[in-house]
Amino acid sequence: MLRQPLTRALKLSSPARAAPLAARTFSAQPPAPEKFEVFIDDKPVQVEPGTTILQAAALVGVEIPRFCYHERLAVAGNCRMCLVEIEKSPKPAAACAMPVMKGMRVKTNSDLTKKAREGVMEFLLVNHPLDCPICDQGGECDLQDQSMAFGSDRSRFTDIHFSGKRAVEDKDVGPLIKTIMTRCIHCTRCIRFASEVAGVDDFGTTGRGSDMQVGTYVEKMFLSELSGNIIDLCPVGALTSKPYSFAARPWETRRIDSVDVLDPLGSNIVVATRTNEVLRILPRTNEEINEEWLSDKSRFACDGLKRQRLVTPMMKDSRGNLTPVEWEDAMVAAARALQNCPPNKLLAVAGDLADAESLVALKDLVNRLGSENTCTEQYFPLEGAGIDLRSSYLCNTKIANVEDSDFVLLIGANTRFEAPLLNARIRKAYIHKDTDVAFIGPKVDLTYDYTHVGDSASVLKDLASGTSSHEVMKRLEAAKRPVVILGADQLKTPEGAAILAYTQELALRLQDKLEDKSWKVLNVLQRTASQVAALDIGYKPGVGPVLQDGPQVVYLLGADSGVVSRDQLPKDAVVIYQGHHGDVGAAMADIVLPGAAYTEKRATYVNAEGRAQQTLAAVTPPGKARDDWKIIRALSEIIGERLPYDSLDEVRDRLSQISPALVTYGNVENNNYFAQARALAQSLQKPVSGKVDVQLKQLEDFFMTDTISRASPTMAKCVQAVLKQKQSKY
Amino acid sequence: MKRIQAIVQNYPEGSQTSAISMALDIVQRQIGWIPISAMHKVAELLSMPRMRVYEWATFYTMCKREYRGKYNVKICKSLPCMLRGSDFIIRAVEDATGCCAGGLSDDKMFGVDLVECQGACVNAPVIAIDDDYYEDLTVCDVYNIIEKLRCGDIPPSGPQGGRYAAEPCCGLTSLQTGPPPPGYCIQEALRQDKKGDGCN
Repeated sequence: MLRQPLTRALKLSSPARAAPLAARTFSAQPPAPEKFEVFIDDKPVQVEPGTTILQAAALVGVEIPRFCYHERLAVAGNCRMCLVEIEKSPKPAAACAMPVMKGMRVKTNSDLTKKAREGVMEFLLVNHPLDCPICDQGGECDLQDQSMAFGSDRSRFTDIHFSGKRAVEDKDVGPLIKTIMTRCIHCTRCIRFASEVAGVDDFGTTGRGSDMQVGTYVEKMFLSELSGNIIDLCPVGALTSKPYSFAARPWETRRIDSVDVLDPLGSNIVVATRTNEVLRILPRTNEEINEEWLSDKSRFACDGLKRQRLVTPMMKDSRGNLTPVEWEDAMVAAARALQNCPPNKLLAVAGDLADAESLVALKDLVNRLGSENTCTEQYFPLEGAGIDLRSSYLCNTKIANVEDSDFVLLIGANTRFEAPLLNARIRKAYIHKDTDVAFIGPKVDLTYDYTHVGDSASVLKDLASGTSSHEVMKRLEAAKRPVVILGADQLKTPEGAAILAYTQELALRLQDKLEDKSWKVLNVLQRTASQVAALDIGYKPGVGPVLQDGPQVVYLLGADSGVVSRDQLPKDAVVIYQGHHGDVGAAMADIVLPGAAYTEKRATYVNAEGRAQQTLAAVTPPGKARDDWKIIRALSEIIGERLPYDSLDEVRDRLSQISPALVTYGNVENNNYFAQARALAQSLQKPVSGKVDVQLKQLEDFFMTDTISRASPTMAKCVQAVLKQKQSKY
Repeated sequence: MKRIQAIVQNYPEGSQTSAISMALDIVQRQIGWIPISAMHKVAELLSMPRMRVYEWATFYTMCKREYRGKYNVKICKSLPCMLRGSDFIIRAVEDATGCCAGGLSDDKMFGVDLVECQGACVNAPVIAIDDDYYEDLTVCDVYNIIEKLRCGDIPPSGPQGGRYAAEPCCGLTSLQTGPPPPGYCIQEALRQDKKGDGCN
């Protein structure tokens, strides 16, 4: 796409990345074939055999217009916009599909090329409605841009009889994507994306010639967790965002780079805002994490940021109703509750979306009050190495490396819904590298075929001890780059410690045998964006033991998943809730302190692979809501246990004292001490008999998993639409 | 079903989806057209996405996606047939069957379609009724054919003017002698009867 720079291919670290379908080079593989020279507009460039003209041109910074070509999709070669003249060739050739040959001289600026482009553009526009003023793509439309840059300056289209242009019926593909199919130029990017990346073969072309249509043929929703990406892919306004329709023009919005927190991967995003309102969220390219895709929840749940918000401090009145109060009253009440609480009866619980700054501030405050009870909602076994070794709770393989693997074993991790973009990577490996996948857990649709090993934990035990006779055992042993991914949900069960121990045993036994010593096998996929940072800072996973002691004061930092409920607490317990959405946590609270959501603060999040990234404040928090760490800092002042930081930088200094990895943004540290963790876990390898189950099984489970997506009307519509589609006969 | 399975066997491992054309053809011969439920069944049999079957069925004009009558009359309107009077043939067919091109006759007996070249230009004008070609047509022939079909007969297919296949109607103008024997016009040195010259 033109609006994402054509030189993007250049910025990628290696030429292999520019051609994702081509094999990437490994040290084990034979050296790359010899390069040769070709000339693009008389500029010499050294390329590998098999490079297309378009890629070679990108290397020297020559832009060739294109519609159907996309770096991450298969080459279709049907839009013909990239026609270029090749010396000694009688006809122009499609640069996206034409491999370069030694000494080839390509002319991208010749009269023939220009004429070809003008001709193609003219044909495209013959049946394009030219309704740019009412088109949502206006301002970021490839067709607009390219007709300005490469099209003719005048039209020969004189429809004096008003016989009309070709018109196509609009399709209904669900609540996220609006279709205006008359604008479609048949580039088939959406079809290729659906079948290659999303793994949902629902799009196709029907009919032919001037009757050709892109669509689903039957009335059908596009049932994918990655469907929103076809909006970005569409070079024209045929597929646009339904929630964002007629909302704004691209030049009116401010774009702020940020990080998504609705799944554990921390996809990079751009938040588009206008007048202090988040209008939409777009993906930002990060080859290490999300490439250029974004899951539907991350993209469309942003309207949840405007609903169900806590905009003012609140306290329970005499009748037990939460009533708005001033900050001062709420803070003083909260401080009094905390001060009067015996240290062992104080419990602080961090939720799914808590950022590292507020986590560290809360922990410091609770520690200063003499308590060690800082917990996260998600459980992780503390036996063995527990959370002392970072390698035990991270995705050590790293997301980008998963696509180089040759065997993936998923243990109770439905990656499709827990981390859609990790699943897209596995699917990429499955399609382009013949990577095989095995799955332990209930039968789910991962969008690719896998060997179902069973759903009982004892299968894992057999694999770990090497006694399994299953064919997967042999495949794992033979694999050169195996990946084992354990879903963090499995650790919540009483057998969690044993499951983790077996997984570690299996992964490290495989890892020891590998030729490539830098390859890491073990991955534990966390479910939430906050968990890794919380564990890094030293939060205890799980609230179990403290909750049984009957805490008097419970401080919920955005804890909304319902692990703490009013029935489990003593009658006189005070619940302080700090967060941004009125959900489970706020409903049971005595004091509510309104915080900021991830688009409203500059905050650190650590993703599932241990990569610290920061969000930037795109809008200001609504009403009287404030930055989370500032609230805790202010509270500490009132209590009289002043926290020693007054600015964000000072909080981050404190973070770096705890772990430098928390503030090295964008980096991910290599993890070690696998052997030690394995040794410590040896004693935990007890017999297991339970079933491995996953929480998110179906697409309708995916859309609403946290406070923001639960508050989002769009996500609610998605759930409805999926359920409706399930009843449809197609 | 058995036939489809037998046909699938003919395709190499991993390319079974190529049997789609045969499968849809069998469907069309059985039912007369291809309903969506049949497409779904084909997709299931060949384990391919339903959309790929829809694509196939909508792309090829010989896949009828609606009922086209007991007899589907396909009239060629390409250049050679047009030069030989297909316009009159179209009018005659429409008149004889009582349905306009693209439609279905009231008794559901005939569906008339205008199609592009059917590959029998030498005998233009041509209509194809289901699988039978009727060539060298005159308006009179058309009425006869349709009337016979209406009565339940299948009129003899092929050229209606009496000539054999695509031979000239005035008799052969070339190829009047038998084919020459092997070795015809071969250079002297290569003749079979001169053995032992190093070219065995």
